[in-house]
Amino acid sequence: MTAVPTAVLAAEATGETVGTPWVNISIFGLFVLVTLAITFRASRNNKSAADYYAAGRTITGQQNGLAIAGDYLSAASFLGIAGAIAVYGYDGFLYSIGFLVAWLVALLLVAELMRNTARYTMADVLAFRMRQGPVRTAAAISTLAVSLFYLLAQMAGAGGLVTLLLGVTGEAAQAVVVAIVGALMIFYVLVGGMRGTTWVQIIKASLLIAGAFVMTVWVLAGFGFNLSALLGGAQANATAGSDVLAPGAQYGLSGTTKLDFISLAIALVLGTAGLPHVLMRFYTVPTAKDARKSVVWAIWLIGIFYLFSLIIGYGAGALVGAESILAAPGAVNAAAPLLAFELGGTVLLGIIAGVAFATILAVVAGLTITASASFAHDVYASVIKKGQVSGNGEVHVARITAVVIGAISIGLGILALQAGLNIAFLVALAFAVAASANLPTIIYTLFWRRFTTQGALWSIYGGLIICVGLIIFSPVLSGAETSLFPAVDFAWFPLRNPGLISIPASFLLGWLGTVVSKEPVNEMKHAELEVRALTGIGAEKAVHH
Amino acid sequence: MSETPDRRLLTPEEYREAQASPEFQELKRRFRAFAFPMTVAFLVWYLLYVLLSTYAPDFMGTPVFGDVNVGILFGLAQFVSTFAITHVYVAHANKRTDPIADEMRERLEHHEYARGGAATGRDVAR
Repeated sequence: MTAVPTAVLAAEATGETVGTPWVNISIFGLFVLVTLAITFRASRNNKSAADYYAAGRTITGQQNGLAIAGDYLSAASFLGIAGAIAVYGYDGFLYSIGFLVAWLVALLLVAELMRNTARYTMADVLAFRMRQGPVRTAAAISTLAVSLFYLLAQMAGAGGLVTLLLGVTGEAAQAVVVAIVGALMIFYVLVGGMRGTTWVQIIKASLLIAGAFVMTVWVLAGFGFNLSALLGGAQANATAGSDVLAPGAQYGLSGTTKLDFISLAIALVLGTAGLPHVLMRFYTVPTAKDARKSVVWAIWLIGIFYLFSLIIGYGAGALVGAESILAAPGAVNAAAPLLAFELGGTVLLGIIAGVAFATILAVVAGLTITASASFAHDVYASVIKKGQVSGNGEVHVARITAVVIGAISIGLGILALQAGLNIAFLVALAFAVAASANLPTIIYTLFWRRFTTQGALWSIYGGLIICVGLIIFSPVLSGAETSLFPAVDFAWFPLRNPGLISIPASFLLGWLGTVVSKEPVNEMKHAELEVRALTGIGAEKAVHH
Repeated sequence: MSETPDRRLLTPEEYREAQASPEFQELKRRFRAFAFPMTVAFLVWYLLYVLLSTYAPDFMGTPVFGDVNVGILFGLAQFVSTFAITHVYVAHANKRTDPIADEMRERLEHHEYARGGAATGRDVAR
């Protein structure tokens, strides 16, 4: 209760009230109850490793499309993009376009071929025709790295939301809320496995898209369904001197920020097809054709959602105003909740807040199951135990790993509470890591006969080290007012997103590692991979109980 | 567990035979002839949008009607092209690659490539 006066104070400072915490909490609580019940039901069918990791491969294409949207439309998409559009206008729009176009890489080059050749993890494909131990280890390390970056972004979002919506301030109280979110997520993953996680994502995606639809129509109705009037309204309320309708409000300041924009754009478009938790969703459907169908559903749902977020973002800019948003707790990430309150008062804010929490919960659960599957399946079962482990022994290890990763993400979340970074920006870093460490090896493995173990290792480790290294020495960590550690300055790399350098470097290293290695091509394995990838023969089948 | 072991039933030689068969080469050609140029095309189209936004903000800011400018329309066009490419790809897969893949899978399941490609009536073994 001590939190209330501070919340009111913060609200007064911004000229906004932020709703009634108990309404927000009850709506979120309702979501938790419903999903817990469904998770329990789903858990009754969890018997084998295929059940735990891949939901028995019995999810339909349409369901999986919704679940992919649920996995992909993280807090970054909902809060981050809407906030970026509200404050920076056009430059925020780029995020949604990059996040969407990226799906074509997954659809055309990756989804079906991966479904046909893998069992549970990304490493199943990457190690297929290489030396198992080293490649699996490398793939597991990069999976963990990408997942942790992504987790950090989600938890940072949770921290900001807590402050804004639940009226919880003070480090200790916020830490407790983050711990509760983390514990819930661990519970979903432990009990429900991939089946439970999938249903949490399906419900969440439906709620999120429905909520965004309502807000979109509401905003448009306020402007007489006239896009031009809405844009004019956003421009009229923009921070002084910035043009939110044309490019450049955020990234057009100098030559460096322009390069940064291009770097970000490349990381966004190439990142999706290298995200381990997205790839893992393709294994939950019975056939490659269902994998294709699920990507088509996902593209439509995600595309339509981003069109909504364009309206919501400009709507927040027009109706709430950029300055009020930036002054609110949670800063740029607060645009969508503040708009909800502006439109529909306490109840709509409560619903949107509940949906935003559900979003974070579902995405974090998806990331956790992916990271734990990668450790248990690739490192424990394949490398440490050399494949001599029963399916349930592996699942046991996966469950323990899920608890460990959950604990780590709670810790990260508490650390991230203080940083007011845009979530979409943080997620873009996870995309850069995925595009640098994973995508080149995936593409080479599937389409280049000569590719060797050494090429894969150089590309994965090289891409990962260059990408993370450049982030460490960029203004993200130090040397600027908005840095995580503003007090110190060890930044020498000028770009905030490293994709422009690290992604081409990783492709180059994969090529170089291959041409200088003496390893002969394993023609037998290459034939098997190609034939399986394109025809679907020998693909893992659905489990029937 | 209940994983099916059927992929073990195919020998490496069968995969080699299948890979060398003319129908597989045609399947691969059709898949790549669509996927590769289309990937280049949408990436170029996307980069064009990004580069114009970065280095030609005045052009992108040109009003078309009311407060709607070239940049907003260009961005919306990226949505339209993504939906369109998705649709065209599915039609291509259904019509051009799925039939070959389905037939080959059927024949692989019946081990028709185990007999030195005899079932195809061609000797394509290398």
